[in-house]
Amino acid sequence: MLFRTAEKTELKALFDMLVEKNTVVGPVQTDTDRMGKPLFAFEPVTDQAKLRLDYTTTRLPAKRYFLPFREDLATFTTDGRDWTKTIGYNIDRPYVLFGLHACDINALNKLDKVLMGPVYPMPYYAAKRKNMFIIGTDCRPQPFCFCRSMGADTVLHGFDLFLTDIGDKYFIEIQSAEAYEVAKDLRTETPTEADHMQFMRTVAEMNKLFTAHVDTTDLTKILDMEFQSPVWKQWGDKCLGCGTCSNVCPTCYCYGVEETVDVSLKKARKTKTLYSCNVVDFAEVAGGHNFRPERSTRLKYRYYHKHRGFVEAYEESLCVGCGRCGEACLAGITVPEVIASVRGEEQ
Amino acid sequence: MNKHEPTQRTYLGIPVPRPKVAFFELSSCEGCQLQLVNNETTLLNFLSLVDIRAFREAMTEKYDDYTIAFVEGSVTRSDEIERLKKIRATAAVLVAFGSCACFGGVNQLKNRFQDPAWVKKEVYGSHPIETNDTARPLEDFVKVDLKIFGCPVKKEEVEKIVTNVVLGKTIVAPKYPVCMECKANENTCLFDLGEPCLGPITRGGCDSWCPNSRFGCWGCRGPAVDANVEQMQEVMKKHGFSEETMLDRLECFGGFAGHAAEMRNNIKAK
Ligand code: SF4
Ligand code: SF4
Ligand code: SF4
Ligand code: SF4
Ligand code: SF4
Repeated sequence: MLFRTAEKTELKALFDMLVEKNTVVGPVQTDTDRMGKPLFAFEPVTDQAKLRLDYTTTRLPAKRYFLPFREDLATFTTDGRDWTKTIGYNIDRPYVLFGLHACDINALNKLDKVLMGPVYPMPYYAAKRKNMFIIGTDCRPQPFCFCRSMGADTVLHGFDLFLTDIGDKYFIEIQSAEAYEVAKDLRTETPTEADHMQFMRTVAEMNKLFTAHVDTTDLTKILDMEFQSPVWKQWGDKCLGCGTCSNVCPTCYCYGVEETVDVSLKKARKTKTLYSCNVVDFAEVAGGHNFRPERSTRLKYRYYHKHRGFVEAYEESLCVGCGRCGEACLAGITVPEVIASVRGEEQ
Repeated sequence: MNKHEPTQRTYLGIPVPRPKVAFFELSSCEGCQLQLVNNETTLLNFLSLVDIRAFREAMTEKYDDYTIAFVEGSVTRSDEIERLKKIRATAAVLVAFGSCACFGGVNQLKNRFQDPAWVKKEVYGSHPIETNDTARPLEDFVKVDLKIFGCPVKKEEVEKIVTNVVLGKTIVAPKYPVCMECKANENTCLFDLGEPCLGPITRGGCDSWCPNSRFGCWGCRGPAVDANVEQMQEVMKKHGFSEETMLDRLECFGGFAGHAAEMRNNIKAK
């Protein structure tokens, strides 16, 4: 890791340099909610002034750029008895993700383990991931953020550049060779001892802001013990089975595949659609049997995959504590509350 | 169009059957049928996929030999019951086409009038009118083989179903709620914008048609499988919407008629 500092005005130089040859995606304000608060989303940006590096969080993660909600895996054309298959990985230009928070970069690192692991890497994901330049940025923890509990409040790899706002300048971490090349063309300086102090103060202040926590001590064991706990039924009664929690989750990767023949009978496509273990037909198999027909077993399953099964397989949780699922859940079901209830803690 | 029989359609060199199809309307706005004819590029493909024997919106000739009947509209008159039974007797497959046919649709709003005779008099005066007191879905009178939901139906969905019928593939309607598609479309949730929406309990498949244009869902496709209507009430309440606001939507298309009646009873009991 290489450390540099730069004046804030250099941000524009960095942006302009990258936007020339890449699609730059970053946080922008897309709406205002009924309380007058801004809502942010990751959108392609061509003008640096639109970029809102001071964003709180986004309703949806930058998922569309690495795991699109819908994506053609292959298209087919037929001609008599013949047919032609076309496979595209659905990326035409490199992407720059400009301004991801630590949780979202950690989420990508987790997805990498599953989708680019050694046995069956998923080319559609890998093609996008390998053509991605990631710029991280520091954040102000919100009342629903519990990334610290999940060990996802800092990020050690998985990005190219990381910018921390230390007051009058940016503290820059340079992680990759590409980032080194980019930073060469910026006006940067070697950090002074005072810059180091300022960086540490910034991080310490950020840490003070956390209010939501999840106690992960012995959690896999506790989940094993509490498989029959009555709390699952209580949460299941609340759950709408709407799948929103998975759709807004930066680490949920489940999907369904559908083949459709065009009404002309001359074309067909195989489409992948992201799915959620919380929706009713997720565990329905051919013949109509449903392994998890009740909302409570489905909701429980989601927690067991995130906080037990994945931990057993990868020694880390499949939750980065971004809090998006709880914020988006209309039934008000949040990870800290569910886990606390399983642990028998007062809420 | 029957005069110019299109050549036998094939898929991967294999001839595909061209089922004889007829469209009928009972009490309805014919909006569902209109959906099918309003995109001419795919209409021609659609029409060559099936052998249309009757389709008032698209042709004048009419024949009585069909195997698949698409019946739009709800049953509101006694002669419609007779017609429907005759269609059932002819068709091997009867499709309830759109929410009127599936649930009664907007027409079933009249089912809640306490005094239908008075309403009839207010609306039609001394003009004689033959109408039943209730608007009913097809399945109250005949066996329905397939339901295509929506007010109106979604053209793409109908084309997909018909293509799958012709190719002998299974037909599956989404069981999950509209929210799944709404999130995939990356819409801002209507509740965040201070608007009510029945998306969390309504069957998907419309590609979140209304929320895509920032209108809350009115539940035209009826309940999703395992819909949590009780929790929906809590969500509405938490966001400051009255029970009547929710009932207006639940009662609009008939798919939630049972849930709405139960909710009204519970309110009365309180
Ligand atoms: S937990 Fe919430 S967001 Fe997830 S399916 Fe249930 S109601 Fe929907
Ligand atoms: S489970 Fe919830 S808090 Fe955890 S990563 Fe997914 S959206 Fe974020
Ligand atoms: S099983 Fe559920 S929790 Fe796990 S990745 Fe899939 S959708 Fe997400
Ligand atoms: S707008 Fe409606 S359909 Fe969309 S997520 Fe919100 S509640 Fe669900
Ligand atoms: S969003 Fe709701 S009301 Fe609108 S078309 Fe879909 S199901 Fe019908």
